[in-house]
Amino acid sequence: MIIEGKTGTWEIVVGLEVHAQVVSQSKLFSGASATYGGEPNAQVSLVDAAFPGMLPVINGYVVEQAIKTGLGIEATVNEVSVFDRKNYFYADLPQGYQISQYTRPIVSGGRLVIDLPGDRTKTIGVTRLHLEQDAGKSMHDQSPTKSYIDLNRSGVALMEIVSEPDIRSPEEAGAYLKKLRAILRYLGTCDGNMEEGSMRCDANVSVRKVGVTEFGTRNEIKNVNSIRHVMQAIEYEANRQVEALEAGETIRQETRLWDVARGVTRSMRSKEHAHDYRYFPDPDLLPLILDPKAIARIKAAMPELPDAKKARFVEAYKLSPYDAGVLVAEQEQADFFETVAKGRKDPKLAANWVIVELFGALNKKGVDVTNSPVSAKNLAGLLDLIENETISGRIAKDVFQFMVETGKDAASIVAEKGLVQVTDTGAIDAAIAKVMAENAAKVEEYRAGKTTLFGWFVGQVMKGTGGKANPAKVNEILKAKLSG
Amino acid sequence: MSALNDLTIAQLRDGLTARKFSAREVADAYLAAMEKQRGLNAFILETPDVARAQAAASDAKLAKGEAGALEGVPLGIKDLFCTKDVQTTAGSHILEGFKPPYESTVSQNLFDAGAVMLGKLNLDEFAMGSANITSYFGPVKNPWKRKDGKDLVPGGSSGGSAASVAAHIVAGATGTDTGGSIRQPASFTGIVGIKPTYGRCSRWGIVAFASSLDQAGPMTRDVRDAAIMLGAMAGHDVKDSTSVPLPVPNYEAAMTGDIRGLRFGIPKEYRVDGMPAEIEKLWQQGIDWMKAAGAEPVEISLPHTKYALPTYYIIAPAEASSNLARYDGVRYGLRVPGNTLDEMYENTRAAGFGAEVRRRILIGTYVLSAGYYDAYYLKAQKVRTLIFQDFQEAWKKCDVILTPTAPSAAFGIGDKADDPIAMYLNDVFTVPVNLAGLPGMSVPAGLSGDGLPLGLQLIGKPFDEPTLFRVGGVLETAANFKARPGA
Repeated sequence: MIIEGKTGTWEIVVGLEVHAQVVSQSKLFSGASATYGGEPNAQVSLVDAAFPGMLPVINGYVVEQAIKTGLGIEATVNEVSVFDRKNYFYADLPQGYQISQYTRPIVSGGRLVIDLPGDRTKTIGVTRLHLEQDAGKSMHDQSPTKSYIDLNRSGVALMEIVSEPDIRSPEEAGAYLKKLRAILRYLGTCDGNMEEGSMRCDANVSVRKVGVTEFGTRNEIKNVNSIRHVMQAIEYEANRQVEALEAGETIRQETRLWDVARGVTRSMRSKEHAHDYRYFPDPDLLPLILDPKAIARIKAAMPELPDAKKARFVEAYKLSPYDAGVLVAEQEQADFFETVAKGRKDPKLAANWVIVELFGALNKKGVDVTNSPVSAKNLAGLLDLIENETISGRIAKDVFQFMVETGKDAASIVAEKGLVQVTDTGAIDAAIAKVMAENAAKVEEYRAGKTTLFGWFVGQVMKGTGGKANPAKVNEILKAKLSG
Repeated sequence: MSALNDLTIAQLRDGLTARKFSAREVADAYLAAMEKQRGLNAFILETPDVARAQAAASDAKLAKGEAGALEGVPLGIKDLFCTKDVQTTAGSHILEGFKPPYESTVSQNLFDAGAVMLGKLNLDEFAMGSANITSYFGPVKNPWKRKDGKDLVPGGSSGGSAASVAAHIVAGATGTDTGGSIRQPASFTGIVGIKPTYGRCSRWGIVAFASSLDQAGPMTRDVRDAAIMLGAMAGHDVKDSTSVPLPVPNYEAAMTGDIRGLRFGIPKEYRVDGMPAEIEKLWQQGIDWMKAAGAEPVEISLPHTKYALPTYYIIAPAEASSNLARYDGVRYGLRVPGNTLDEMYENTRAAGFGAEVRRRILIGTYVLSAGYYDAYYLKAQKVRTLIFQDFQEAWKKCDVILTPTAPSAAFGIGDKADDPIAMYLNDVFTVPVNLAGLPGMSVPAGLSGDGLPLGLQLIGKPFDEPTLFRVGGVLETAANFKARPGA
């Protein structure tokens, strides 16, 4: 995005830091449950509460999840990585330090291809992915004089995924987050739920005059809890910086908060007064050494990821890149589509039904595809009835409505409601004869050259057959009779 | 027959197995002896009820012939080991009253082997000290007295452990050793102490001082007892990522008495300036004893020795400054309220930590700070690697290393108290062993001119504790150290 200022044109430079909570039964260094929504302090081990003499032990499953994610963003999985302590005091940080990875992360040097309007793509570099502990939660609204601490989240495994400052607009930032979230969900390594906080994003934003190669001073916008807000916050912050710079001010490096209600960012703390975190290698943990064979085993078991799936859908099902992109955005959607489309003569028909009819209906009901009242098998059954001409496309839409409402399969609804398409030419002949007899004047007009009436005749015939007549047959016979 | 509390662990084991006396009788004898020696201030907490109950359980097991390796043996537990439902203070006001809901792996291993706990032993606050004068619960007195009658320090930080073993008010004690905290007090009190290889004993449940250096070990009256006790303490623990998955050898069986052909190294850099002649003489005596037993002395060089103390006093405080951050008044232990969170931290930690602990937290915070990290912490880590490599080189020439344990005998309570550097020099011979992660043992070898015990230190290859026990046994026999405090 280019900002036209008073003094010239400006370019936005954005890098994103995403904290993705790792899908795992237990925490990064303790056996306590890592699930969301437990009673406060019900999921806390002695390690999480930092009792004297307690020691961290790495959760092997979380390490596998990080490896998977690293492979998913085409990054290097480092065979040796090191856990460091990031030291600072806060009431919801029981150890007085967070165990993180500072100089030697488990994953480095990846990339993410983002999808932009007009079937354009752009590659965004991923600097690193490292594992770290989450902190607990301070609750300041429980007592007038005291703060309460919930340590359920304390020690839960996070992947911090840091992008290169390759992002140039709020739209690109949104596309990056969507793609990253899709990959995490495909891999099952993070559920990507920003509202519940299992995926959080900090945005580093700076601006510079177009043509300048050095970066401007950046500000970090913290913990914005939806993709839409990230985009809004970046847009606001970039404009604020341009205005400030053009007014002759300098940008101070600082942390800013996104104020959702007012739609502005505001200063939280200046980096000048930032903590000195005194990072050093955690002596309680040995360097994390990964067996290349284990990495290879994980690599061999990787699922197909969105980009590959999209390419395959375009290739194998002849879908437009746009439709393919819509379908692969969520793995469940893509799976649903494939179940419907598999072995079908016209997979595009399947794509249209899934994207237009099904997603439209789901949107209205406010449910996602995993809770669809119409199963993939049932939708496939409906398309079968269209393809073998049991029902027309128009009737199919009515049948689909019944399917959405009742969850029944298409064939039973068609049988119940007597919606089988009339392909018997005798019945169609009779219906046409009746319409022509009752509308002799219109027949005359048609024959006198007002051929635009043809559609009206088709409509009358369809009405006369309760919509069940095969439209192709109606067309064919009607044309012959009217010309007769 | 000598009093029950004068028997060694091996003698207790034999007597208990033969049912010559009961575990309950042994426990009562120790509890009585303990009461008489309260003046030493060796215990922060006596646990007679626990002792009697455990002794009764031991008697039941002995009756069934199911005795463990330490069945019915009364021990003192350094108050750095968390003991379930029993106050654990680390010698600090900040943990006063803290009762852990868990048992440290090492103390659990000992109890599983049948040991009886007499109480929690005094120590320097958070194990930071070489004289046991920094404990919030007061200094420990060495049962040994100088000829002028002055009260002496027992060494530190495991001062309560050393004093209680020397005074025969426990049969053995657990210690921890970060820079010499088992071996130096063992030397000062005429007992045996071994710091095993880093990773040999689990650190789980031991209040951390400096995680990369801390290691638990036994303190006993003789080498055999140390072998028996270490055998019960040691072992792999999945709860400690730095614990090593190696089987525990039979240390007692390693004491063959035969060191013929063994090469023992004499590091020339350990002849430090200003070392008292009597220490020099004792060292030479040790060399002669080992030669007489058929071992061969080899001069070796550990060229980075002189950097060991400064390196240690960067790494240990750095780790400590981080390890002690959890004592913040939020979840357990002392809380001194304040108007803000920061004020509560400041009030709590100012009131809860003593001067030496505060000093080390400040040093550690400083050396890890931005702008100083490379010059101090990172440099220290590099020197630590060089010190480790010094030993690796030495092992090409020898099987074990012989040195003095400490540069002096026990000093008076109050001496060196206002000179931290002089105090830190106590650890000059012991600290390199921790930095290299090696096993080291102190064996009582003689008396100073003042009639105070002096120890010799044996340093072994990683996980070669069996050789230390073998050589330690030979030194012990040769030294024939029979002196007793107050005798």
